Amino acid sequence: MSTDTDPVTPSPAGAHHVAPPDIRPWWLRPKTFVIAAGVVVFAAFMWRFGGGDIRFSTEHRPRPGTTFDWDYFFALVPDMLRGIWVTAQATVAGFAVALVIGLLLALGRRSRLRVVRLPVALFIEFVRSTPLLIQLYFVYYALPDWDITLGAFVTLVIGLGVHYGTYCSEAYRAGINSVPKGQWEASTALNLGPTTKWSQIIIPQAIPNVLPALGNFLIAGFKDAPLGSTIQVTGILAFATAASGRSFDAGVEPYTLIGIGFLLVSIPSAWLVRRLERRIAYERIS
Amino acid sequence: MNASAEPSDRPGPVDSPHDPVSSPAVRMRGVNKAFGDNVVLQGLDLDVAPGERVVIIGPSGSGKTTILRVIMTLERPDSGTIEVNGRHLYHEQKGGQLKPAGEKHIRSVRSDVGMVFQHFNLFPHMTALENIALAPIKAKGMGKREAHQLGMDLLDKVGLVEHANHTPGQLSGGQKQRVAIARSLATEPAVMLFDEVTSALDPELVGEVLTVLRDIAEDGTTTMMLVTHEMGFASEVADKVIMFDNGQVIEEGLPSEVLKDPQNERTQAFLGAVVKH
Repeated sequence: MSTDTDPVTPSPAGAHHVAPPDIRPWWLRPKTFVIAAGVVVFAAFMWRFGGGDIRFSTEHRPRPGTTFDWDYFFALVPDMLRGIWVTAQATVAGFAVALVIGLLLALGRRSRLRVVRLPVALFIEFVRSTPLLIQLYFVYYALPDWDITLGAFVTLVIGLGVHYGTYCSEAYRAGINSVPKGQWEASTALNLGPTTKWSQIIIPQAIPNVLPALGNFLIAGFKDAPLGSTIQVTGILAFATAASGRSFDAGVEPYTLIGIGFLLVSIPSAWLVRRLERRIAYERIS
Repeated sequence: MNASAEPSDRPGPVDSPHDPVSSPAVRMRGVNKAFGDNVVLQGLDLDVAPGERVVIIGPSGSGKTTILRVIMTLERPDSGTIEVNGRHLYHEQKGGQLKPAGEKHIRSVRSDVGMVFQHFNLFPHMTALENIALAPIKAKGMGKREAHQLGMDLLDKVGLVEHANHTPGQLSGGQKQRVAIARSLATEPAVMLFDEVTSALDPELVGEVLTVLRDIAEDGTTTMMLVTHEMGFASEVADKVIMFDNGQVIEEGLPSEVLKDPQNERTQAFLGAVVKH
């Protein structure tokens, strides 16, 4: 121990005036319960109101001769909300898949093994440079030929997940590269294993850097999700097509409603993403 | 990716039986390292005895940091052998021959080595205490409670107990470096490497870090290799001073010899330049 002349003066033993650290394992911490409760509520909500097979009401028609029938417009609102609920569900589920796939692809692309690295890079390039619409068609209409038959909603979730997963992987890659070299070296110097290094050091520092990009992909994915109507997902676009088909008119009202429906979701989500960004920037500084 | 070193063709015991008492803490034989055309280590031979405190001096760019970095496995030598406590770092005995070692072997030998960096390299998303407790928990399998107790003891040793729950962003440079030293001590490495640990600090913060280093030196059990420009500190704690230039040791000896009465003219020129300001 040090001598009396030290500027560094250790406090007497036992005189620690610091709150003891929380040494409960993560699954016993209150935060975990709050998050778990949120997930359960969300899942229950999805289970109750979700489901790909929504029947839209068939009774409403515009009065003939009107260019914009407000009564018809408001009568369509509940159907629109049901449609956008399906679209939002597909987006959220697809994006959850994308986050996981993206991370796996990003790690695969960094692999030391060439047999992992090259196919992963090829896969990312391939998926990124083909349109989501074609991928959805392929999974929904072509894969049954090989006895792989997926429901419309599941196809949309997987399509969005894989497509945006490749985008996310590029974002993750940038985030991982943005972690300073010294952090990797400190992990080596402390002799941390690869699992600890990635889960405790690299990824926690990479994620905040890529959150803005990931948030933008979420919103972009939401705007791509109506493509699901081409494979019979009864989302928001299917609602409008059905409504205008019933009434044999141009469908000004339902298509206008789609725009409003998107704004209702996009603007709050963009606001949330910005808020999250700010919050994380703040935490990083402090 | 042929990063592993070839066995040295020098004579002598290639793999002495594991005997930490009599074998040197660090033994380097014929270590070469080049970055492209830039040769930074040229057939370096170096022995450091257990508990010895070795200060490496030399002009910037002379490769002295690289000596520490190859021992910490942050750089792989192009050729040559390195032993830590009598165990080869980059090689394994297989069928009576030295073969490039796998990651598992390197990791096992590396657990005897710790390093403190010029720029601290603390984990910014963790508190000081979490920084220190991480390696004992994850690399040594220590229990959380025990590791936190150890962390508090080490923070006490470096005089930072009241900063246990602060993140690196809330600490001064000197405090960060003291946490980094405590973090490195937490795994009790037999060999500690200090890479210009005061160079990034404001002058008034250097003293507090040197005090902590002096404490470790006084303990006398830890082998220390320090790259530093603090000549006063070097002459005070070092058992041996090594003058390094152009990838080679050009002079070594007691601090009183090398620092006070250098024989080599490059050492004289270097010390003259350092002392001038």
